[in-house]
Amino acid sequence: MSDTQQSANKMRLVSRSTLAKETALATLFFLCAFVAVLGVALIFLFVGWRAWPVFSEVGIGNFALGRVWDASNEVYGILPLIVGSVIVTLGALALGTPLAVGTAVFLSEIASPRVRSVVRPAVELLAGIPSVVYGFFGIVVLRPIVAEFSGGTGFGAFTAWVILGIMIVPTIAALSEDALRSVPDGIREASYAMGATTWQTIYKVLLPAAKIGIIDATILGMGRAIGETMAVLMVVGNAPVFPEGIFSPMPTLTAQIALNMGYASGTHRVALFGMAAILFMFSMALVAAVRWVSRLGGE
Amino acid sequence: MGRRAANNLALAVLWIAAGTTVVILFSIIGYVVINGIQSLSWGFITTWPQGVNAEGGIAPIIVNTLYVTGLAMLFTTPIAVLAAVYLTEYAVQGKMVDTIRFAADSLASVPSIVMGLFGFALFVEALGWGFSMLAGAAALTFLMLPIVMRATEEAIRSVPRYIRWGSYGMGATKWQTVSRAVLPAAAPRIITGIILAMGRAAGETAVVLYTVTQAIDLAKTPMQSGRVMPVHLYLLAMEGINLPAAYGTALVLMILILGLNMIARWISKRYRKV
Repeated sequence: MSDTQQSANKMRLVSRSTLAKETALATLFFLCAFVAVLGVALIFLFVGWRAWPVFSEVGIGNFALGRVWDASNEVYGILPLIVGSVIVTLGALALGTPLAVGTAVFLSEIASPRVRSVVRPAVELLAGIPSVVYGFFGIVVLRPIVAEFSGGTGFGAFTAWVILGIMIVPTIAALSEDALRSVPDGIREASYAMGATTWQTIYKVLLPAAKIGIIDATILGMGRAIGETMAVLMVVGNAPVFPEGIFSPMPTLTAQIALNMGYASGTHRVALFGMAAILFMFSMALVAAVRWVSRLGGE
Repeated sequence: MGRRAANNLALAVLWIAAGTTVVILFSIIGYVVINGIQSLSWGFITTWPQGVNAEGGIAPIIVNTLYVTGLAMLFTTPIAVLAAVYLTEYAVQGKMVDTIRFAADSLASVPSIVMGLFGFALFVEALGWGFSMLAGAAALTFLMLPIVMRATEEAIRSVPRYIRWGSYGMGATKWQTVSRAVLPAAAPRIITGIILAMGRAAGETAVVLYTVTQAIDLAKTPMQSGRVMPVHLYLLAMEGINLPAAYGTALVLMILILGLNMIARWISKRYRKV
Protein backbone atom coordinates (compact mmCIF):
# COMPACT_ATOMS: atom_id res chain seq x y z
CA MET A 1 0.00 0.00 0.00
CA SER A 2 2.38 2.70 1.25
CA ASP A 3 5.07 1.69 -1.26
CA THR A 4 3.12 3.01 -4.21
CA GLN A 5 1.98 6.06 -2.30
CA GLN A 6 5.52 6.83 -1.28
CA SER A 7 6.89 6.55 -4.78
CA ALA A 8 4.02 8.69 -6.05
CA ASN A 9 4.87 11.34 -3.46
CA LYS A 10 8.55 11.13 -4.33
CA MET A 11 7.87 11.83 -7.96
CA ARG A 12 6.47 15.15 -6.97
CA LEU A 13 8.87 16.01 -4.18
CA VAL A 14 12.35 14.95 -5.32
CA SER A 15 14.50 16.01 -8.22
CA ARG A 16 14.88 13.98 -11.36
CA SER A 17 18.49 12.97 -10.53
CA THR A 18 17.55 11.76 -7.05
CA LEU A 19 14.75 9.71 -8.53
CA ALA A 20 17.13 8.22 -11.10
CA LYS A 21 19.60 7.30 -8.35
CA GLU A 22 16.87 5.70 -6.24
CA THR A 23 15.66 3.67 -9.20
CA ALA A 24 19.21 2.53 -10.03
CA LEU A 25 19.75 1.43 -6.42
CA ALA A 26 16.45 -0.45 -6.32
CA THR A 27 17.50 -2.28 -9.48
CA LEU A 28 20.89 -3.13 -7.98
CA PHE A 29 19.24 -4.57 -4.85
CA PHE A 30 16.91 -6.62 -6.98
CA LEU A 31 19.90 -8.06 -8.86
CA CYS A 32 21.54 -9.00 -5.53
CA ALA A 33 18.39 -10.81 -4.45
CA PHE A 34 18.26 -12.47 -7.84
CA VAL A 35 21.72 -14.02 -7.19
CA ALA A 36 19.93 -16.65 -5.08
CA VAL A 37 17.78 -17.63 -8.08
CA LEU A 38 20.85 -17.46 -10.31
CA GLY A 39 22.70 -19.77 -7.92
CA VAL A 40 20.02 -22.44 -8.08
CA ALA A 41 19.83 -22.09 -11.88
CA LEU A 42 23.62 -22.38 -12.21
CA ILE A 43 23.77 -25.49 -10.01
CA PHE A 44 20.98 -27.01 -12.06
CA LEU A 45 22.70 -26.13 -15.35
CA PHE A 46 26.26 -27.09 -14.49
CA VAL A 47 25.57 -30.27 -12.53
CA GLY A 48 22.94 -31.22 -15.12
CA TRP A 49 25.27 -30.48 -18.04
CA ARG A 50 28.04 -32.70 -16.65
CA ALA A 51 25.52 -35.40 -15.72
CA TRP A 52 23.72 -35.38 -19.08
CA PRO A 53 25.89 -38.06 -20.83
CA VAL A 54 24.56 -40.54 -18.25
CA PHE A 55 21.58 -40.99 -20.58
CA SER A 56 23.69 -42.00 -23.57
CA GLU A 57 26.72 -43.60 -21.90
CA VAL A 58 25.05 -45.57 -19.10
CA GLY A 59 21.32 -45.42 -19.83
CA ILE A 60 18.93 -44.13 -17.20
CA GLY A 61 17.57 -47.60 -16.36
CA ASN A 62 21.01 -49.14 -15.93
CA PHE A 63 22.02 -46.14 -13.86
CA ALA A 64 19.13 -45.59 -11.45
CA LEU A 65 18.04 -49.23 -11.19
CA GLY A 66 21.36 -50.98 -11.77
CA ARG A 67 22.16 -53.37 -8.96
CA VAL A 68 25.93 -53.40 -9.45
CA TRP A 69 28.40 -50.58 -8.93
CA ASP A 70 31.81 -51.66 -10.22
CA ALA A 71 33.79 -48.66 -11.40
CA SER A 72 36.84 -50.68 -12.46
CA ASN A 73 34.64 -52.59 -14.98
CA GLU A 74 32.69 -49.47 -15.95
CA VAL A 75 29.43 -50.67 -14.44
CA TYR A 76 27.57 -47.84 -12.77
CA GLY A 77 24.35 -49.04 -11.16
CA ILE A 78 23.51 -46.83 -8.19
CA LEU A 79 20.69 -48.83 -6.60
CA PRO A 80 22.96 -50.09 -3.77
CA LEU A 81 24.03 -46.49 -3.09
CA ILE A 82 20.42 -45.27 -3.02
CA VAL A 83 19.44 -48.10 -0.68
CA GLY A 84 22.42 -47.22 1.54
CA SER A 85 21.43 -43.54 1.67
CA VAL A 86 17.84 -44.44 2.53
CA ILE A 87 18.85 -46.86 5.30
CA VAL A 88 21.28 -44.38 6.84
CA THR A 89 18.76 -41.52 6.66
CA LEU A 90 15.80 -43.42 8.11
CA GLY A 91 17.86 -44.82 10.99
CA ALA A 92 19.25 -41.40 11.82
CA LEU A 93 15.73 -39.94 11.81
CA ALA A 94 14.47 -42.74 14.07
CA LEU A 95 17.20 -41.98 16.62
CA GLY A 96 17.44 -38.20 16.22
CA THR A 97 13.79 -37.15 15.97
CA PRO A 98 12.59 -38.37 19.41
CA LEU A 99 15.69 -36.91 21.05
CA ALA A 100 15.23 -33.58 19.25
CA VAL A 101 11.47 -33.25 19.81
CA GLY A 102 11.93 -34.30 23.46
CA THR A 103 14.59 -31.61 23.87
CA ALA A 104 12.33 -29.05 22.16
CA VAL A 105 9.37 -29.87 24.43
CA PHE A 106 11.68 -29.69 27.44
CA LEU A 107 12.99 -26.27 26.39
CA SER A 108 9.62 -24.78 25.61
CA GLU A 109 7.45 -26.28 28.39
CA ILE A 110 9.49 -27.59 31.29
CA ALA A 111 12.88 -25.94 31.69
CA SER A 112 13.22 -23.03 34.08
CA PRO A 113 14.93 -19.98 32.56
CA ARG A 114 18.15 -21.01 34.29
CA VAL A 115 18.17 -24.56 32.92
CA ARG A 116 17.10 -23.21 29.53
CA SER A 117 20.07 -20.88 29.45
CA VAL A 118 22.35 -23.95 29.58
CA VAL A 119 20.49 -26.40 27.34
CA ARG A 120 19.58 -24.01 24.53
CA PRO A 121 23.14 -22.78 23.80
CA ALA A 122 24.27 -26.41 24.01
CA VAL A 123 21.84 -27.39 21.26
CA GLU A 124 22.96 -24.43 19.14
CA LEU A 125 26.64 -25.25 19.62
CA LEU A 126 25.94 -28.83 18.56
CA ALA A 127 24.91 -27.33 15.21
CA GLY A 128 28.20 -25.43 15.04
CA ILE A 129 30.47 -28.47 15.27
CA PRO A 130 31.83 -29.22 11.76
CA SER A 131 30.78 -32.50 10.18
CA VAL A 132 34.41 -33.59 9.80
CA VAL A 133 34.79 -33.38 13.60
CA TYR A 134 31.69 -35.55 14.04
CA GLY A 135 33.21 -38.02 11.60
CA PHE A 136 36.55 -37.97 13.41
CA PHE A 137 34.77 -38.53 16.75
CA GLY A 138 32.90 -41.40 15.07
CA ILE A 139 36.10 -43.07 13.88
CA VAL A 140 38.19 -42.76 17.02
CA VAL A 141 35.54 -43.11 19.76
CA LEU A 142 32.36 -44.74 18.48
CA ARG A 143 33.76 -47.16 15.90
CA PRO A 144 35.89 -49.17 18.39
CA ILE A 145 32.91 -49.44 20.76
CA VAL A 146 30.61 -50.68 17.98
CA ALA A 147 33.31 -53.07 16.74
CA GLU A 148 33.60 -54.46 20.28
CA PHE A 149 29.95 -55.42 20.73
CA SER A 150 29.11 -56.31 17.11
CA GLY A 151 32.26 -58.29 16.40
CA GLY A 152 32.77 -56.51 13.07
CA THR A 153 34.93 -53.62 11.96
CA GLY A 154 32.66 -50.97 13.47
CA PHE A 155 32.10 -49.37 10.06
CA GLY A 156 28.47 -49.55 8.97
CA ALA A 157 24.94 -48.25 9.18
CA PHE A 158 24.70 -48.44 12.95
CA THR A 159 27.68 -46.16 13.58
CA ALA A 160 26.40 -43.74 10.94
CA TRP A 161 22.93 -43.74 12.56
CA VAL A 162 24.32 -42.66 15.91
CA ILE A 163 26.58 -39.91 14.53
CA LEU A 164 23.98 -38.63 12.06
CA GLY A 165 21.22 -38.92 14.66
CA ILE A 166 23.18 -36.53 16.87
CA MET A 167 23.92 -34.19 13.95
CA ILE A 168 20.26 -33.64 13.04
CA VAL A 169 19.17 -32.92 16.62
CA PRO A 170 19.87 -29.15 16.47
CA THR A 171 17.99 -28.70 13.17
CA ILE A 172 14.87 -30.52 14.35
CA ALA A 173 14.99 -29.23 17.95
CA ALA A 174 15.29 -25.53 17.02
CA LEU A 175 12.40 -25.59 14.55
CA SER A 176 10.18 -27.76 16.77
CA GLU A 177 10.79 -25.40 19.68
CA ASP A 178 9.74 -22.44 17.50
CA ALA A 179 6.56 -24.31 16.58
CA LEU A 180 5.75 -25.12 20.24
CA ARG A 181 6.44 -21.55 21.35
CA SER A 182 4.11 -20.15 18.73
CA VAL A 183 1.18 -22.05 20.28
CA PRO A 184 -0.82 -19.32 22.10
CA ASP A 185 -0.60 -19.36 25.91
CA GLY A 186 -4.41 -19.30 26.16
CA ILE A 187 -4.50 -22.87 24.86
CA ARG A 188 -2.04 -24.04 27.55
CA GLU A 189 -3.99 -22.22 30.26
CA ALA A 190 -7.28 -23.70 29.11
CA SER A 191 -5.80 -27.19 29.36
CA TYR A 192 -4.34 -26.62 32.83
CA ALA A 193 -7.58 -25.02 33.99
CA MET A 194 -9.40 -28.22 33.15
CA GLY A 195 -7.10 -30.06 35.51
CA ALA A 196 -4.77 -31.62 32.96
CA THR A 197 -1.25 -32.52 34.07
CA THR A 198 1.80 -31.07 32.29
CA TRP A 199 2.23 -34.27 30.30
CA GLN A 200 -1.44 -34.40 29.28
CA THR A 201 -1.19 -30.80 28.13
CA ILE A 202 1.95 -31.55 26.11
CA TYR A 203 0.68 -34.79 24.62
CA LYS A 204 -2.96 -33.97 23.94
CA VAL A 205 -2.84 -30.23 23.28
CA LEU A 206 0.59 -28.81 22.43
CA LEU A 207 2.06 -31.52 20.21
CA PRO A 208 -1.10 -31.69 18.02
CA ALA A 209 -1.17 -27.87 17.84
CA ALA A 210 2.49 -27.72 16.79
CA LYS A 211 2.21 -30.75 14.48
CA ILE A 212 2.82 -28.90 11.21
CA GLY A 213 5.96 -27.20 12.52
CA ILE A 214 7.35 -30.46 13.85
CA ILE A 215 6.70 -32.26 10.53
CA ASP A 216 8.48 -29.43 8.69
CA ALA A 217 11.39 -29.71 11.12
CA THR A 218 11.62 -33.46 10.53
CA ILE A 219 11.59 -33.04 6.74
CA LEU A 220 14.44 -30.53 7.00
CA GLY A 221 16.29 -32.90 9.33
CA MET A 222 15.83 -35.60 6.69
CA GLY A 223 17.37 -33.27 4.09
CA ARG A 224 20.30 -32.68 6.39
CA ALA A 225 20.75 -36.43 6.93
CA ILE A 226 20.59 -37.51 3.29
CA GLY A 227 22.91 -34.70 2.18
CA GLU A 228 25.49 -35.15 4.92
CA THR A 229 28.75 -36.21 3.38
CA MET A 230 31.93 -36.17 5.44
CA ALA A 231 30.69 -37.56 8.77
CA VAL A 232 28.90 -40.43 7.02
CA LEU A 233 31.82 -41.12 4.69
CA MET A 234 34.16 -41.52 7.65
CA VAL A 235 32.07 -44.12 9.53
CA VAL A 236 29.85 -45.95 7.04
CA GLY A 237 32.49 -48.16 5.43
CA ASN A 238 31.72 -47.32 1.78
CA ALA A 239 31.62 -50.83 0.30
CA PRO A 240 29.56 -50.24 -2.87
CA VAL A 241 27.26 -53.24 -2.42
CA PHE A 242 23.86 -53.92 -0.92
CA PRO A 243 24.37 -53.90 2.86
CA GLU A 244 24.42 -57.30 4.55
CA GLY A 245 23.43 -55.91 7.93
CA ILE A 246 23.57 -52.82 10.04
CA PHE A 247 27.08 -53.63 11.22
CA SER A 248 28.64 -54.26 7.82
CA PRO A 249 30.21 -51.58 5.57
CA MET A 250 27.81 -49.98 3.12
CA PRO A 251 27.74 -47.05 0.69
CA THR A 252 25.79 -43.81 0.40
CA LEU A 253 25.37 -41.49 -2.59
CA THR A 254 27.14 -38.54 -0.97
CA ALA A 255 30.09 -40.51 0.39
CA GLN A 256 30.61 -42.35 -2.90
CA ILE A 257 30.78 -39.04 -4.80
CA ALA A 258 33.27 -37.55 -2.34
CA LEU A 259 35.49 -40.66 -2.34
CA ASN A 260 35.52 -41.26 -6.12
CA MET A 261 35.73 -37.69 -7.36
CA GLY A 262 39.45 -37.49 -6.65
CA TYR A 263 40.39 -40.02 -9.31
CA ALA A 264 37.29 -40.60 -11.47
CA SER A 265 37.37 -39.68 -15.15
CA GLY A 266 35.21 -40.18 -18.24
CA THR A 267 31.97 -42.06 -17.69
CA HIS A 268 32.81 -42.63 -14.04
CA ARG A 269 32.86 -38.87 -13.45
CA VAL A 270 29.63 -38.47 -15.44
CA ALA A 271 28.01 -41.01 -13.12
CA LEU A 272 29.15 -39.03 -10.07
CA PHE A 273 27.58 -35.86 -11.49
CA GLY A 274 24.44 -37.90 -12.19
CA MET A 275 24.30 -38.85 -8.52
CA ALA A 276 24.82 -35.20 -7.53
CA ALA A 277 21.94 -34.21 -9.83
CA ILE A 278 19.67 -36.76 -8.13
CA LEU A 279 20.65 -35.46 -4.67
CA PHE A 280 20.08 -31.88 -5.79
CA MET A 281 16.62 -32.59 -7.14
CA PHE A 282 15.74 -34.54 -4.01
CA SER A 283 16.83 -31.69 -1.74
CA MET A 284 14.72 -29.23 -3.75
CA ALA A 285 11.75 -31.59 -3.53
CA LEU A 286 12.09 -31.61 0.27
CA VAL A 287 12.11 -27.79 0.36
CA ALA A 288 8.98 -27.80 -1.80
CA ALA A 289 7.42 -30.40 0.53
CA VAL A 290 8.07 -28.16 3.56
CA ARG A 291 6.32 -25.26 1.79
CA TRP A 292 3.43 -27.47 0.83
CA VAL A 293 2.99 -28.80 4.37
CA SER A 294 3.17 -25.26 5.82
CA ARG A 295 0.60 -24.00 3.36
CA LEU A 296 -1.63 -26.95 4.20
CA GLY A 297 -1.35 -26.02 7.88
CA GLY A 298 -2.05 -22.37 7.16
CA GLU A 299 -5.41 -23.10 5.63
CA MET B 1 -0.72 -46.22 36.13
CA GLY B 2 -2.24 -43.10 37.60
CA ARG B 3 -2.05 -39.85 35.77
CA ARG B 4 0.33 -38.40 38.36
CA ALA B 5 2.72 -41.30 37.86
CA ALA B 6 2.39 -41.05 34.08
CA ASN B 7 3.11 -37.35 34.29
CA ASN B 8 6.22 -37.87 36.40
CA LEU B 9 7.49 -40.61 34.13
CA ALA B 10 6.96 -38.48 31.01
CA LEU B 11 8.68 -35.48 32.58
CA ALA B 12 11.60 -37.70 33.58
CA VAL B 13 11.93 -38.91 29.98
CA LEU B 14 11.95 -35.31 28.70
CA TRP B 15 14.63 -34.38 31.24
CA ILE B 16 16.68 -37.35 30.03
CA ALA B 17 16.28 -36.30 26.36
CA ALA B 18 17.51 -32.78 27.08
CA GLY B 19 20.23 -34.11 29.39
CA THR B 20 21.43 -36.53 26.71
CA THR B 21 21.78 -33.70 24.20
CA VAL B 22 23.88 -31.65 26.63
CA VAL B 23 26.01 -34.64 27.65
CA ILE B 24 26.70 -35.51 23.99
CA LEU B 25 27.85 -31.95 23.29
CA PHE B 26 30.16 -31.89 26.29
CA SER B 27 31.59 -35.34 25.56
CA ILE B 28 32.48 -34.37 21.99
CA ILE B 29 34.02 -31.05 23.03
CA GLY B 30 35.66 -32.62 26.08
CA TYR B 31 37.14 -35.47 24.07
CA VAL B 32 38.62 -33.15 21.46
CA VAL B 33 40.00 -30.77 24.09
CA ILE B 34 41.57 -33.47 26.29
CA ASN B 35 43.26 -35.23 23.38
CA GLY B 36 44.07 -32.13 21.39
CA ILE B 37 45.61 -30.13 24.20
CA GLN B 38 48.64 -32.46 24.25
CA SER B 39 49.46 -31.63 20.62
CA LEU B 40 48.69 -27.96 20.97
CA SER B 41 51.77 -25.82 21.38
CA TRP B 42 53.18 -22.59 20.08
CA GLY B 43 55.21 -24.62 17.59
CA PHE B 44 52.12 -26.48 16.35
CA ILE B 45 50.33 -23.31 15.29
CA THR B 46 53.38 -21.40 13.98
CA THR B 47 55.47 -23.93 12.03
CA TRP B 48 55.11 -25.69 8.68
CA PRO B 49 54.16 -29.36 8.34
CA GLN B 50 56.97 -31.63 7.17
CA GLY B 51 57.26 -34.96 5.42
CA VAL B 52 54.63 -37.46 4.32
CA ASN B 53 53.19 -37.80 7.81
CA ALA B 54 52.67 -34.07 8.22
CA GLU B 55 54.88 -33.84 11.31
CA GLY B 56 55.38 -30.42 12.76
CA GLY B 57 52.88 -27.61 12.77
CA ILE B 58 49.86 -26.52 10.75
CA ALA B 59 50.55 -22.78 10.35
CA PRO B 60 49.84 -22.53 6.59
CA ILE B 61 46.71 -24.65 7.02
CA ILE B 62 45.32 -22.29 9.66
CA VAL B 63 46.10 -19.27 7.47
CA ASN B 64 44.51 -20.93 4.41
CA THR B 65 41.33 -21.58 6.41
CA LEU B 66 41.08 -17.94 7.47
CA TYR B 67 41.97 -16.86 3.92
CA VAL B 68 39.25 -18.79 2.10
CA THR B 69 36.65 -18.02 4.78
CA GLY B 70 37.49 -14.30 4.74
CA LEU B 71 37.37 -14.20 0.95
CA ALA B 72 33.96 -15.92 0.95
CA MET B 73 32.74 -13.42 3.54
CA LEU B 74 33.86 -10.49 1.36
CA PHE B 75 31.87 -11.91 -1.57
CA THR B 76 28.81 -12.85 0.48
CA THR B 77 28.23 -9.83 2.70
CA PRO B 78 27.33 -7.12 0.15
CA ILE B 79 25.20 -9.45 -1.97
CA ALA B 80 23.34 -11.01 0.95
CA VAL B 81 22.72 -7.75 2.83
CA LEU B 82 21.47 -5.89 -0.24
CA ALA B 83 19.36 -8.88 -1.24
CA ALA B 84 17.72 -8.79 2.19
CA VAL B 85 17.22 -5.01 1.86
CA TYR B 86 15.41 -5.67 -1.40
CA LEU B 87 13.20 -8.39 0.09
CA THR B 88 12.26 -6.40 3.20
CA GLU B 89 12.17 -2.77 2.06
CA TYR B 90 11.74 -2.64 -1.71
CA ALA B 91 10.02 -5.73 -3.02
CA VAL B 92 6.30 -5.88 -3.59
CA GLN B 93 5.11 -9.26 -2.28
CA GLY B 94 4.31 -11.54 -5.16
CA LYS B 95 5.56 -14.28 -7.44
CA MET B 96 9.08 -12.85 -7.78
CA VAL B 97 9.61 -12.60 -4.00
CA ASP B 98 8.23 -16.14 -3.59
CA THR B 99 10.67 -17.40 -6.22
CA ILE B 100 13.63 -15.67 -4.55
CA ARG B 101 12.70 -17.08 -1.14
CA PHE B 102 12.25 -20.56 -2.57
CA ALA B 103 15.65 -20.28 -4.28
CA ALA B 104 17.30 -19.14 -1.02
CA ASP B 105 15.73 -22.03 0.91
CA SER B 106 16.86 -24.43 -1.82
CA LEU B 107 20.43 -23.10 -1.71
CA ALA B 108 20.41 -23.59 2.06
CA SER B 109 19.52 -27.25 1.67
CA VAL B 110 21.84 -28.21 -1.21
CA PRO B 111 24.02 -31.10 0.05
CA SER B 112 27.56 -29.82 0.53
CA ILE B 113 29.14 -32.36 -1.84
CA VAL B 114 26.73 -31.23 -4.57
CA MET B 115 27.86 -27.66 -3.95
CA GLY B 116 31.43 -28.92 -4.23
CA LEU B 117 30.81 -30.61 -7.58
CA PHE B 118 29.01 -27.51 -8.83
CA GLY B 119 31.98 -25.34 -7.81
CA PHE B 120 34.30 -27.76 -9.56
CA ALA B 121 32.25 -27.76 -12.80
CA LEU B 122 31.70 -23.98 -12.93
CA PHE B 123 34.62 -22.24 -11.23
CA VAL B 124 37.46 -24.77 -11.50
CA GLU B 125 36.80 -26.04 -15.02
CA ALA B 126 34.34 -23.88 -17.01
CA LEU B 127 35.76 -20.54 -15.84
CA GLY B 128 39.27 -21.96 -15.77
CA TRP B 129 40.18 -20.76 -12.28
CA GLY B 130 41.72 -24.14 -11.47
CA PHE B 131 41.92 -25.51 -7.95
CA SER B 132 42.17 -22.25 -6.09
CA MET B 133 41.18 -20.21 -3.06
CA LEU B 134 39.04 -18.13 -5.41
CA ALA B 135 37.06 -21.13 -6.67
CA GLY B 136 36.55 -22.40 -3.11
CA ALA B 137 35.47 -18.99 -1.84
CA ALA B 138 33.01 -18.61 -4.74
CA ALA B 139 31.43 -21.99 -3.96
CA LEU B 140 31.31 -21.15 -0.23
CA THR B 141 29.56 -17.88 -1.13
CA PHE B 142 26.52 -19.83 -2.30
CA LEU B 143 26.61 -21.77 0.97
CA MET B 144 26.77 -18.60 3.12
CA LEU B 145 24.35 -16.52 1.05
CA PRO B 146 21.04 -17.91 2.38
CA ILE B 147 22.30 -17.83 5.99
CA VAL B 148 23.31 -14.15 5.87
CA MET B 149 20.21 -13.24 3.84
CA ARG B 150 17.91 -14.81 6.42
CA ALA B 151 19.73 -13.19 9.37
CA THR B 152 19.69 -9.76 7.69
CA GLU B 153 15.99 -10.04 6.83
CA GLU B 154 15.14 -10.84 10.44
CA ALA B 155 17.40 -8.03 11.65
CA ILE B 156 15.76 -5.47 9.35
CA ARG B 157 12.26 -6.64 10.26
CA SER B 158 13.02 -6.15 13.95
CA VAL B 159 13.83 -2.45 13.39
CA PRO B 160 10.80 -0.52 14.70
CA ARG B 161 8.58 1.24 12.15
CA TYR B 162 8.89 4.63 13.84
CA ILE B 163 12.59 4.81 12.99
CA ARG B 164 11.61 4.73 9.32
CA TRP B 165 8.79 7.23 9.83
CA GLY B 166 11.16 9.63 11.58
CA SER B 167 13.54 9.44 8.64
CA TYR B 168 10.87 9.85 5.98
CA GLY B 169 9.34 12.66 8.03
CA MET B 170 12.58 14.58 7.74
CA GLY B 171 12.37 14.32 3.97
CA ALA B 172 14.87 11.47 3.48
CA THR B 173 14.65 9.33 0.36
CA LYS B 174 14.20 5.59 0.61
CA TRP B 175 17.92 4.84 0.22
CA GLN B 176 18.83 7.50 2.78
CA THR B 177 16.37 5.94 5.20
CA VAL B 178 17.70 2.43 4.60
CA SER B 179 21.38 3.32 4.69
CA ARG B 180 21.39 5.84 7.54
CA ALA B 181 18.53 4.67 9.77
CA VAL B 182 17.53 1.06 9.17
CA LEU B 183 20.86 -0.68 8.47
CA PRO B 184 22.75 0.93 11.40
CA ALA B 185 19.93 -0.12 13.74
CA ALA B 186 20.03 -3.66 12.32
CA ALA B 187 23.84 -3.88 12.19
CA PRO B 188 24.53 -5.96 15.34
CA ARG B 189 22.19 -8.73 14.27
CA ILE B 190 23.48 -8.64 10.69
CA ILE B 191 27.05 -8.99 11.98
CA THR B 192 25.94 -11.90 14.17
CA GLY B 193 24.56 -13.63 11.07
CA ILE B 194 27.74 -13.02 9.09
CA ILE B 195 29.91 -14.46 11.88
CA LEU B 196 27.73 -17.57 12.20
CA ALA B 197 27.90 -18.09 8.43
CA MET B 198 31.70 -17.78 8.60
CA GLY B 199 31.68 -20.51 11.22
CA ARG B 200 29.77 -22.75 8.81
CA ALA B 201 32.20 -21.99 5.98
CA ALA B 202 35.32 -22.50 8.11
CA GLY B 203 34.18 -25.99 9.08
CA GLU B 204 33.11 -27.03 5.60
CA THR B 205 34.99 -29.93 3.99
CA ALA B 206 33.01 -31.29 1.07
CA VAL B 207 32.62 -27.91 -0.68
CA VAL B 208 36.35 -27.13 -0.66
CA LEU B 209 37.63 -30.68 -1.20
CA TYR B 210 37.31 -30.44 -4.99
CA THR B 211 37.51 -26.67 -5.45
CA VAL B 212 40.52 -25.72 -3.31
CA THR B 213 41.85 -29.27 -2.81
CA GLN B 214 44.84 -29.98 -0.65
CA ALA B 215 48.20 -28.43 -1.60
CA ILE B 216 49.88 -28.22 1.78
CA ASP B 217 51.67 -24.91 1.26
CA LEU B 218 50.43 -21.42 2.03
CA ALA B 219 48.27 -19.93 -0.71
CA LYS B 220 49.90 -16.61 -1.56
CA THR B 221 47.43 -15.51 -4.25
CA PRO B 222 43.72 -16.32 -4.64
CA MET B 223 44.59 -18.40 -7.70
CA GLN B 224 46.58 -20.94 -5.70
CA SER B 225 45.39 -24.13 -4.09
CA GLY B 226 45.78 -24.60 -0.35
CA ARG B 227 44.75 -27.10 2.29
CA VAL B 228 42.27 -25.95 4.94
CA MET B 229 41.85 -27.39 8.45
CA PRO B 230 38.76 -29.56 7.84
CA VAL B 231 40.43 -31.16 4.79
CA HIS B 232 43.66 -31.70 6.76
CA LEU B 233 41.73 -33.35 9.60
CA TYR B 234 39.83 -35.53 7.11
CA LEU B 235 43.00 -36.71 5.37
CA LEU B 236 44.84 -37.44 8.64
CA ALA B 237 41.84 -39.27 10.11
CA MET B 238 41.16 -41.38 7.01
CA GLU B 239 44.78 -42.36 6.51
CA GLY B 240 45.18 -43.03 10.19
CA ILE B 241 48.58 -41.34 10.17
CA ASN B 242 49.81 -38.91 12.77
CA LEU B 243 46.82 -39.06 15.09
CA PRO B 244 48.27 -36.45 17.49
CA ALA B 245 48.27 -33.89 14.66
CA ALA B 246 44.67 -34.88 13.84
CA TYR B 247 43.62 -34.22 17.46
CA GLY B 248 45.51 -30.93 17.45
CA THR B 249 43.92 -29.83 14.18
CA ALA B 250 40.46 -30.80 15.45
CA LEU B 251 41.04 -28.70 18.57
CA VAL B 252 42.26 -25.61 16.67
CA LEU B 253 39.29 -25.93 14.28
CA MET B 254 36.84 -26.25 17.19
CA ILE B 255 38.40 -23.26 18.97
CA LEU B 256 38.02 -21.19 15.79
CA ILE B 257 34.41 -22.19 15.17
CA LEU B 258 33.15 -22.20 18.76
CA GLY B 259 35.02 -18.90 19.22
CA LEU B 260 33.12 -17.40 16.27
CA ASN B 261 29.87 -18.74 17.77
CA MET B 262 30.70 -17.17 21.14
CA ILE B 263 31.47 -13.80 19.54
CA ALA B 264 28.18 -13.91 17.62
CA ARG B 265 26.31 -14.83 20.80
CA TRP B 266 28.02 -12.03 22.74
CA ILE B 267 27.18 -9.41 20.13
CA SER B 268 23.54 -10.42 19.91
CA LYS B 269 23.17 -10.47 23.71
CA ARG B 270 24.92 -7.12 24.15
CA TYR B 271 22.66 -5.32 21.71
CA ARG B 272 19.42 -7.13 22.43
CA LYS B 273 18.11 -4.33 24.64
CA VAL B 274 18.54 -1.70 21.92
